[in-house]
Amino acid sequence: MKIALSTSGHCLGSPVESRFGRASRFIIYDLEKEIFEVLDNKVNMNAPQGAGVQAAANVLIAEVKVVITGHCGPKAFNLLKNAGVSVYLAEGISVSEAIKLYQSNSLKKQESADVDGHWQ
Amino acid sequence: MSTGTGSKTAGKIFTVAVASGKGGTGKTTVAISMALCAETDVQLLDCDVEEPNAHILLKPSIQGNEHVSMPVPFLDEAKCTGCGKCSGICAFNAIVFLKKPLFLPDLCHSCGLCMKVCPGKAIMEKPRHIGILEIGAKGDVGFVSGCLDIGIASSPALIRAVRKQSKNAGLEIIDCPPGTACSFVTSVKDSDFVLLVTEPTRFGLHDMTLAIKVIKQLKLPFGVLVNKSISDDDCIGKYCSSEKIPLLMRIPDDRSIAEAYSRGVDLMEVKPELKDGFLKMIDAVRAIAEEDGGK
Repeated sequence: MKIALSTSGHCLGSPVESRFGRASRFIIYDLEKEIFEVLDNKVNMNAPQGAGVQAAANVLIAEVKVVITGHCGPKAFNLLKNAGVSVYLAEGISVSEAIKLYQSNSLKKQESADVDGHWQ
Repeated sequence: MSTGTGSKTAGKIFTVAVASGKGGTGKTTVAISMALCAETDVQLLDCDVEEPNAHILLKPSIQGNEHVSMPVPFLDEAKCTGCGKCSGICAFNAIVFLKKPLFLPDLCHSCGLCMKVCPGKAIMEKPRHIGILEIGAKGDVGFVSGCLDIGIASSPALIRAVRKQSKNAGLEIIDCPPGTACSFVTSVKDSDFVLLVTEPTRFGLHDMTLAIKVIKQLKLPFGVLVNKSISDDDCIGKYCSSEKIPLLMRIPDDRSIAEAYSRGVDLMEVKPELKDGFLKMIDAVRAIAEEDGGK
């Protein structure tokens, strides 16, 4: 199973980025193979609007089942939820720490978006 | 009519956009006063569609409503080939593509490009209700106001609908929304003159300079009216003289004006002596616009 983590860096030691749609990159981590790839999100980072939904589409295309990020707004959250992807929140820790916490069931699964959309 | 006439060349529309940058400077008060002074062949368009309030002061009789929609795409799934071109070309990120496109009407600007690029002609448009127009009059002053539906973010489409109600004759006064964003641009665009209503405060000056930057880009002639004026020697006056911007009128800071406003009473009723000043200003505005048009 693959999971996506928002980050500003390029490796497992990089911090989890608090923003989902406007994260610079996603680390797509394969839990079984224990390998990762870096998914660029620069286009959405600089988008005038709709960054969250396009970032969600981006990670869905990468066939992840879990997203770990700092915050997730309503449009992206609903898109991920409808596609069967679970969202977990983590902040102030590295990507590898977040993966460990996820594997030990220490992260809480989000039932809804934790922040409002930008004009709501 | 005394020195000023406020009248206009028959048959040709003259549009004055009353804007400010900063909110609460008196745009609506000024727009209504201008309309009431000009008396005939005048139309007031309330383009502040997120919070229209010109009707409170003008008290027009509303003769009709019109529903306004904007087109948004929807998919004929049977025809969709799943190519993803629609999503790739959308400048507004309003189409999420996962095997099939998913349209996000909140982000859509109704440009229609997705429909055009779809090779299978699988995308069609359906109307999405965004607000209503109220159309009426107060005496000889024509009145149109737009009111945006709650939860709708795209005000420009409704502002364009308000402006389409233009009679294409006489004096047209647009009560603009504050700020300098899309709704402001849509409201002042293609006007003959932008009248910036401001107040002699640092905030009034600051936000006015932002609005001026936009108006200069739009290449529209403009001038300034100072509301709540205490002294001729204020920050706005200094700015206008150093930048060579015409300062067209001052409305004094007067408690009786504020009290009347709080009761929904228009400026002309409480200060009829200002009528002459307004008519002169309208004449000055026309003269500046004509001179600018001759350039």
